[in-house]
Amino acid sequence: MMMADSGSTEEVAVIGNTDITSAESENNIINTMVERGTALLRKMEINVAEAEKRTGKNTVNMQETYTVYLIETRPAETIPEGAMPAAPDTLWRRYSEFELLRTYLLVTFPYIIIPPLPEKRAEFVWHKLSADNLDPDFVERRRVGLENFLLRVASHPVLSNDQIFFLFLTEEKGWREAVLDTGFQDKVDSRLKSLSAMFRVKNPDKRFTALKQYSDELNTVISQLLRVRARVADRMYGVYKVHGNYGRVFSEWSAIEKEMGDGLQSAGHHMDTYAASIDDILEEEEHYADQLKEYLFYTDAVRSVCRKNELIQYELEMEVQDLAHKKQQKEELLTGTVRIFSLKGMTSKLFGQESQEQRESRVAALDQSIHEGEETVLQKNKECKEFVRSAWEDIERFKEQKDKDLREALISYAIMQISMCKKGIQVWSNAKECFNKM
Amino acid sequence: MARQLRLSSPASASSLFNRLQLDDDLEADVRDLYASTETRDLFVTVDDPKKHVSTMETYITYRVSTKTTRIEFDLPEYCVRRRYQDFDWLRIKLEDSQPTHLIPPLPEKFVMKGVVDRFSEEFVETRMKALDKFLKRVADHPVLSFNPHLNAFLSVKDLNKRQGLALLTKVGESVKHVAGGYKLRARPAEFCAMGEYLDTFSQKLGTIDRIAQRILKEQSEYLTELREYGTVYSSWATSEEELQRPLEGVASCVKTCCGALEDQSESMSQDFLPVLREYVLYIESMKNVLRKRDQTQAEYEGRLEAAILRKQEDRTPMPVEVEKCQDKVECFNADLKADWERWQSNKRQDFKQLLTGMADRNINHYEKCQAAWESLITLLQDKQTEDKTSETN
Repeated sequence: MMMADSGSTEEVAVIGNTDITSAESENNIINTMVERGTALLRKMEINVAEAEKRTGKNTVNMQETYTVYLIETRPAETIPEGAMPAAPDTLWRRYSEFELLRTYLLVTFPYIIIPPLPEKRAEFVWHKLSADNLDPDFVERRRVGLENFLLRVASHPVLSNDQIFFLFLTEEKGWREAVLDTGFQDKVDSRLKSLSAMFRVKNPDKRFTALKQYSDELNTVISQLLRVRARVADRMYGVYKVHGNYGRVFSEWSAIEKEMGDGLQSAGHHMDTYAASIDDILEEEEHYADQLKEYLFYTDAVRSVCRKNELIQYELEMEVQDLAHKKQQKEELLTGTVRIFSLKGMTSKLFGQESQEQRESRVAALDQSIHEGEETVLQKNKECKEFVRSAWEDIERFKEQKDKDLREALISYAIMQISMCKKGIQVWSNAKECFNKM
Repeated sequence: MARQLRLSSPASASSLFNRLQLDDDLEADVRDLYASTETRDLFVTVDDPKKHVSTMETYITYRVSTKTTRIEFDLPEYCVRRRYQDFDWLRIKLEDSQPTHLIPPLPEKFVMKGVVDRFSEEFVETRMKALDKFLKRVADHPVLSFNPHLNAFLSVKDLNKRQGLALLTKVGESVKHVAGGYKLRARPAEFCAMGEYLDTFSQKLGTIDRIAQRILKEQSEYLTELREYGTVYSSWATSEEELQRPLEGVASCVKTCCGALEDQSESMSQDFLPVLREYVLYIESMKNVLRKRDQTQAEYEGRLEAAILRKQEDRTPMPVEVEKCQDKVECFNADLKADWERWQSNKRQDFKQLLTGMADRNINHYEKCQAAWESLITLLQDKQTEDKTSETN
């Protein structure tokens, strides 16, 4: 199936080839990330190669079993023909360390949409799939998800340059201290507060409002999609498996037949094959679900950036309001009019005017405060503008990435469906041949 | 190809000989699985259902068309309208007049009035196909097809069923009046084997029926979820820009797959299951014929035993009745064996057709789905080419 060449000298490896497997399609996403070429990825290749079970004592001195993942890094140079590739540098990390890294990034780069981690616990499962964290299939999918996370960070124009991230990949022992040394923990609390705080911004940035709304919609629709997909998977499983019963009954029936016996028996085997094929089909579809999940979790990161913008905006507005208030107060002091209620003002009204000296010193104090306030406003304004600028740059980048990735995901899903149809046709054609021989 | 009507039934040895001769012809015919159209000279079709409403009742009639070169028919073509009742009449008449033969079954007579809509398109269609099958089987049978009741059924404009055609065969008469109460001594092995085969076969068909129904149920539930799945993609498309067309494309694919599955399910329900069930009825008919054969043999054995005893006592010669009974049994056995062979080979054809039909339906369903997804990929990858070229330009 070749596409009409539009005249470009484009590589058409992906285009027009419906025989591409979905694993290859997924690789295309990863390859695109590498293509984008950050300095980091030009230097090194990153893999999450393996997963292993460990047991150890946890913080409350109890035995626990957990999984660790092997991160491999090697220099990204082309190996000369026939030469062995250099042995990679490796270190082991557990999921909680990934979480720590991510929290650090969230706090350090609040204007960046931080790539999400794969889910901690299996959700949106259909009945046969295990919801157990130690299940090998789950662990394997998580390994892929963690690798994906690292590659996303490594291919990000801003995040890839972060030193702590680099150490995460290269320093097994000293990393934890290095992260804690950055003092990011303090910011964590204030970030959590900002996320949950209820405040109203007077002049919200329309673009961010629209983005937040889109993000919420996307979150809702992907959740819905994943839920329904799990139900569809369940039902499809049922349909395929019941066909296995044909295998048994054809076999039993063939025992009482003469000429029809062989054909029936062989057809029965094909029915068994058909019933068994659903397991692989659905296992493969989990990859698609994982791709959707990544963007589901991305919506949280987007929301986070929007909230941070609101907070900064709000703080700016508060400072502006505060400054205006102080200026007002000064004006009143100078003109003697009391428009703003203040205890000092009331008491002086009641107990007599203050002295000239007192007033002058108050004005001076206010002036100082106003001056500081103006500085603050300027700074906050600058901060706000800078945040909006850098956030919006990342948001545009994210939008493009999202559109591309999701389209790839849909293509790979379609490929999966075609493969499933082809398998079905094959099995039933085989069965038909057997029936014809009856 | 004219044949001698096997209506006379002398119990003499010579006619037995003739009968055996005819049986030889029969055997030869059976070996051609389905006689080729050059040798067939009677073609029947049931189609064109029409509803009739009268003050007394509402019912459906079907057009029964006949084409034939047989001299037993006055005209080469006939076209009459018949209702289920008429088919039922025919079947009863055939059973009565040819009790040694296996009469094909009719679709179920009674339907629960609240449960099934007797006038729905699907029901009428399914019933009509079964009636067509019935009539074709009778028309293909070398003995039954010459039955005068069939002739009347196919040719007479207004079938007056009360006018009982007194053309009962003599054999028919005698077999009909088989005295009951005789115990069978030893059933020949081949008839035992037939009985066992029928029991097991019936069981397996029942299992297949259950499996097919279960699959239909699972498919129906799957279809419900799949429909919702498609609508979520549509809904998602509304909040996207670049992704709108791809997502709508997916939604449309899913919808196409739903349609394809619906078609397959409907087809299984209408074509596969009824044929399966009709075979179970066919098996019951065959079992009945086996039972009648047993009874005939039992009567013969009983009379023979009584006659032997009397002979021993007062030396009376073997009564004619006993000879007649012996005749009956041998006749019955021969007819039954011939019918059995025919039934077996028809069964083989019927099931080959049934099961390949099922395979075809599934293949068809997957082909439709595959085509839909493939055209989606074209759409999606087209956009990719567009994007890539615009990037490099």
